[in-house]
Amino acid sequence: MANETPPKKLRVGWFTFTCCEDSTMIFTELLGDHYFEWKDLIDFVHFKTVKGKNELANLDVAFVEGAISSEKQAQLLKKIRQVSKRLVAIGACAVTGLPSAQRNLFNPKIQTEIQPILEKFAFRPKVAKLDDLVKVDAKVGGCPMDEKAFLELFDNLLREFGVKN
Amino acid sequence: MHTFDLKMDDISKIEGSAGLEIKVRDNEVEEVRLEITEYKRFFTQAMRGKPIVSIPQFLSRVCGTCSNAHLLASIESIENALGIVPSVQTMILRHLTTYGLIIRDHILHLGIFVLPDVLGIDSIFELDENDPEKRKLLEDTLALKAAGNHLSILVAGRSVHAPYPAIGGFLQIPKNEDVKRMIEELEKVRPIALKFIQIFMKCPFKLEKETNYVALVGDSFNFLEGKIATSKGKIIPETDFGKYLDHVVIPYSQASGYKFEGERYVVGALARLNLAKDKLNSQTKKDATGALSLFPSKNIFHNNLAQAIEVLHSIDQSLEILKTSKFSIEKPMPSVPKESVGFGVVEAPRGTLYHKVEIDADGKIKSGQIVVPTGQNQISIEKDIGQLVQENIKMEKEELEKEIEKLIRAYDPCMSCATHFLKVKWK
Repeated sequence: MANETPPKKLRVGWFTFTCCEDSTMIFTELLGDHYFEWKDLIDFVHFKTVKGKNELANLDVAFVEGAISSEKQAQLLKKIRQVSKRLVAIGACAVTGLPSAQRNLFNPKIQTEIQPILEKFAFRPKVAKLDDLVKVDAKVGGCPMDEKAFLELFDNLLREFGVKN
Repeated sequence: MHTFDLKMDDISKIEGSAGLEIKVRDNEVEEVRLEITEYKRFFTQAMRGKPIVSIPQFLSRVCGTCSNAHLLASIESIENALGIVPSVQTMILRHLTTYGLIIRDHILHLGIFVLPDVLGIDSIFELDENDPEKRKLLEDTLALKAAGNHLSILVAGRSVHAPYPAIGGFLQIPKNEDVKRMIEELEKVRPIALKFIQIFMKCPFKLEKETNYVALVGDSFNFLEGKIATSKGKIIPETDFGKYLDHVVIPYSQASGYKFEGERYVVGALARLNLAKDKLNSQTKKDATGALSLFPSKNIFHNNLAQAIEVLHSIDQSLEILKTSKFSIEKPMPSVPKESVGFGVVEAPRGTLYHKVEIDADGKIKSGQIVVPTGQNQISIEKDIGQLVQENIKMEKEELEKEIEKLIRAYDPCMSCATHFLKVKWK
């Protein structure tokens, strides 16, 4: 009994970049429905929407919502990639860039109109989807994300990491 | 003498990203900078040239959290422009949509973001589920939030970017057999709403100030119809709201700030309760008498209590409607494009939300404007932080940071909302 190791939990991070956080809302609803089942299986190591103390290290899975608007965000995304065994793009902005990347499609007139803002706050010239910048292991599309596809993927990840049989 | 700089990078348990910088010199707060660090997505530029039929769902993407408020404000602005008067049933369904949103969104805020502050823990994950009382609190929070979600699904198709509300009506009508189940669920969670009122009534958090409160106030307490009222006694039609607002460029923040007639003001649940508590559902008034006696209140932390009361009101209103209405199939009214300007003003969970739209003869958008609650509260949040730091200048930095976070959370700010429109007039 004394040396019994606690059961392994999936070390999960949930991150959001430029987006409306709709998939985070869907995820909190799923979290509510599955709370007592997931609590024993998942360790939310980084989840700023819900926790104050967050850690960015040794993640099994990083779920990343949103598109990348700046170099600062790009650096953080790369850091998340470095410390995560799997990285999953969540929702339309992470998977396709849009609608957050809509400024990439603006005509020159509107481009000129927004240019001062882009410069002032150090935006990247173009908004990027996640796999423009890092390796993405899986994608859950939708605006908001497709709940069924997410739950299926989540279940597969729990098995892949030996947390669930 | 206290002289220090305080920098908080990434405030947790709020919607979106914001940071804060405070400068204190010789016991005096010299500067407070609330930096909203979400990157703009330029929705008001992107909407130009798009057909009106696409706009409500498009602008819903401004914010996942209160998407259904943006959806309804956008629909109202287009109907207002084209002279469409929605049917009685459509208005009932829209009210129900707002009640589902209020329940789900307020409980997300109160139960997931604020409750840890009240209990002195970091997150709901730290609630000891082996303690029966704590476990019950957790189960209750999740059940109440789920009820709001289910009401949104029943009426609007989803609690996020709802697919049924449309220009001129609803694309689907709730099935009467599902309505029965919803009544049972709402009756079951109603006592939980009362429990939340008790929790936030007892909560000792306090920061008081004199300010102007602004909200849309109708004949009954609701989130869609009425006139803009202020605690200074002004009453204006919703179409004129924009004329009273001064856009303030805050150079270090990605979001726009606003003043009302040149002064800071507060929107949100506290403003609504301060201005219209006598219009609440009679059942709510009866069961929340003690809590309601605290309003009008100058304490910004009573925004939490006001939200809890609004949850009860939304349940009571929904029960009344669902028990007395039979819904029938009704096609959305047709929209005939014309050159026009329209306004949509609703009370989103966090306060007054304003959409203005200009349409051309072909039914395409010429221009649009959106003013969100967090932008309107931004100046007040900064001033309140300054007051809090000044009043607690000798407090340990770590403790002070916690107090500041609690204060920011009391406003329930939404940073995603605050950053997608812009005015490019940098000075």
